[in-house]
Amino acid sequence: MLRDKKPFHFIKLRKIWYVISILVIVPGIISLFSQGLNLGIDFRGGSLLDLKFNQPTAVEQVRGVLADFGLEGASIQRSGETDFIVRTKELAEDENLAVLQALDQKLGGVAVQRNERVGPVIGQELIRKALLALGVASVLMVVYIAWRFEFKQGIAAIIAILHDVLVILGIFSIFQIEVDSTFVAAVLTIIGYSINDTIVIFDRIRENMLYRKKGEALEDVINNSLWQTMARSINTGLTVIFVLVAFFLMGGATIHNMVLALLIGVSSGAYSSIFNASPIWYDFKKMEERGRLKGAKA
Amino acid sequence: MKWDKLLKLAGIIVIVAVVAVLAVKPVFPDVKWLPFAKLIKQGLDLQGGVHVVLEAQDTPESPVTSDRVKQAMAIIENRVNAYGVAEPIVQQQGDRRIIVELAGINDPDEAVRNMIKTAYLEFKTEDGTTVLTGRQLKTATEGTDQSGVAEVNLEFEPDGAKIFAEVTKANVGKPIYILLDNQVIQAPNVQTPIPDGKARISPYASLEEAHNVAILLRSGALPVKLEVMEKRTVGPTLGADSLDKSIKAGIAGLAAILVFMVLYYRLPGLVADFALVVYALLVLLIFAALHVTMTLPGIAGFLLSLGMAVDANVIIFERFREELWAGKTLRSGIDAGFKRAFVAIFDSNVTTLIAAAVLYYFGTGPIKGFAVTLSIGILVSMFTAITVTRYLLHLVAGSNLVRNVKMYGA
Repeated sequence: MLRDKKPFHFIKLRKIWYVISILVIVPGIISLFSQGLNLGIDFRGGSLLDLKFNQPTAVEQVRGVLADFGLEGASIQRSGETDFIVRTKELAEDENLAVLQALDQKLGGVAVQRNERVGPVIGQELIRKALLALGVASVLMVVYIAWRFEFKQGIAAIIAILHDVLVILGIFSIFQIEVDSTFVAAVLTIIGYSINDTIVIFDRIRENMLYRKKGEALEDVINNSLWQTMARSINTGLTVIFVLVAFFLMGGATIHNMVLALLIGVSSGAYSSIFNASPIWYDFKKMEERGRLKGAKA
Repeated sequence: MKWDKLLKLAGIIVIVAVVAVLAVKPVFPDVKWLPFAKLIKQGLDLQGGVHVVLEAQDTPESPVTSDRVKQAMAIIENRVNAYGVAEPIVQQQGDRRIIVELAGINDPDEAVRNMIKTAYLEFKTEDGTTVLTGRQLKTATEGTDQSGVAEVNLEFEPDGAKIFAEVTKANVGKPIYILLDNQVIQAPNVQTPIPDGKARISPYASLEEAHNVAILLRSGALPVKLEVMEKRTVGPTLGADSLDKSIKAGIAGLAAILVFMVLYYRLPGLVADFALVVYALLVLLIFAALHVTMTLPGIAGFLLSLGMAVDANVIIFERFREELWAGKTLRSGIDAGFKRAFVAIFDSNVTTLIAAAVLYYFGTGPIKGFAVTLSIGILVSMFTAITVTRYLLHLVAGSNLVRNVKMYGA
């Protein structure tokens, strides 16, 4: 049993965990600053046409028709012989109709699977709301954790969450995967999930602190708690990943990116809950202790 | 063996199995509310349809007022009802936005163009000149005159009233044609000049007939310019395809969880699997009862909560194992395990609920749906883990069916 063997000491090795996290996050941050995120029309505003032609069609043919409307700069994505996703600047309703009619007549018939139009105002509102939601959720969670546990654990948990958000944002930036409104939902869900994971460990620490033997070091209490909850951490992560992988492989294309974000987030969340949250809390406690010692000396 | 407990156990299994079959299979085609999984409302992304956000824009001749937005909403409702779709949604958002959702419609783009068309309604004189449009008509209501004859009362906007006064003066004894989309709907004769912009058309056979005409006239023109802020349409094929794929993916994911739980936790795993089925049925029932709209992200939220429901069981079983290792008997191990696991489950789920609540508050459309399914899922999962799993474990342990603690994962 893992819990009895304890192959390594989580707290003593914490610098290694921090380095791993930094190695994963830093390239993402560099990418975020250099190339940013590939923002979809939900954020930038614009129009999206998800089309299914009646006969095999080439990208050039579609671009040719779009050029008649001054839309040769549109992004055209082909999946399969007849399926296309076209992204353009925002098209007014009559413009949209004209483009669709032209495509229908010149390329032998087309069915519109999805047609989206988002004004620039909506995109700005989405960004504002997303940031606000992130902030509000973080504050509420710190408050709850401070009430049920202690304030420093709340901060440690939020740092772990920040870690997960940065990992997701970084990977989406490096690979320039499109970000839409469902991405916001995915990030917020990961926050909920990751903190859920962290809390179960904190709960164990809270309990073990009650039965702490005299002279038992804090780092050992934390280490024991982490190993005691290890099976749960792994099993829960696995069951959620089962569902997400099934969705990633078999679910529709519409939520593909959302599921990908969730997958990355759940993995990162499992890591940060075990390897970051509690060690960071330990460092906070040590800082507090050192501060107290200094105060006592002076 | 304790036969009474075994019997109870068998009874519960049969009941759940029956409910499960009733939930998804059309066993009784005559019973309207069965199978109840079909009662769950599908969002636009699953059944196809259009979601559009309109915003009223200021123009020199008609600045946006809250009355005009309300009127525009009523008119859009009338226009939308013409499509005959089930449960169309027309909602005001903020001061000047109107959200419209139509499900299962064939040409959603056409519907959107129709919604924002400004003037269908025209008033023409005998020689065919348009003298007024619907924009200048303030209201049209049905009523009765002193002798009880049904009539329609028209009231024009101030600028319209002025023109109407001139037109009626010049056309006494002649008809004025009222056209909706170039079709004559009324052609009343002018009896006297009308200077104050308040006209009456009569007689009508009944108040109902007058009411219908009034609606037609009212819905004729938007009092304010509407612009499309956001539009999302999903064709019916794509929607059906998404639903189909999601169900298949969901079954595969669920199957993987069920197998894993039995392999790792053995007998308690089997109990957890059973509790998970109960959980899924309960959630579906609640979705159907509360008229929750299922969206694509909503399905993802439901499945994520399934993972969290398993988590509650995992936490309990890990504790249960520890108690067994510590030398407790099955019975006291179950109770001690649940007691100690509860705090962890409660605190961890509350934090996730906080995230879901924030998501609900700030999100729109499908994201709100996601938050709702996730929240319901979390609450129900806490309930089933703490009540159903516990009861079943006691029943299994109490029946003496399996006495080997190894089978309980110890």
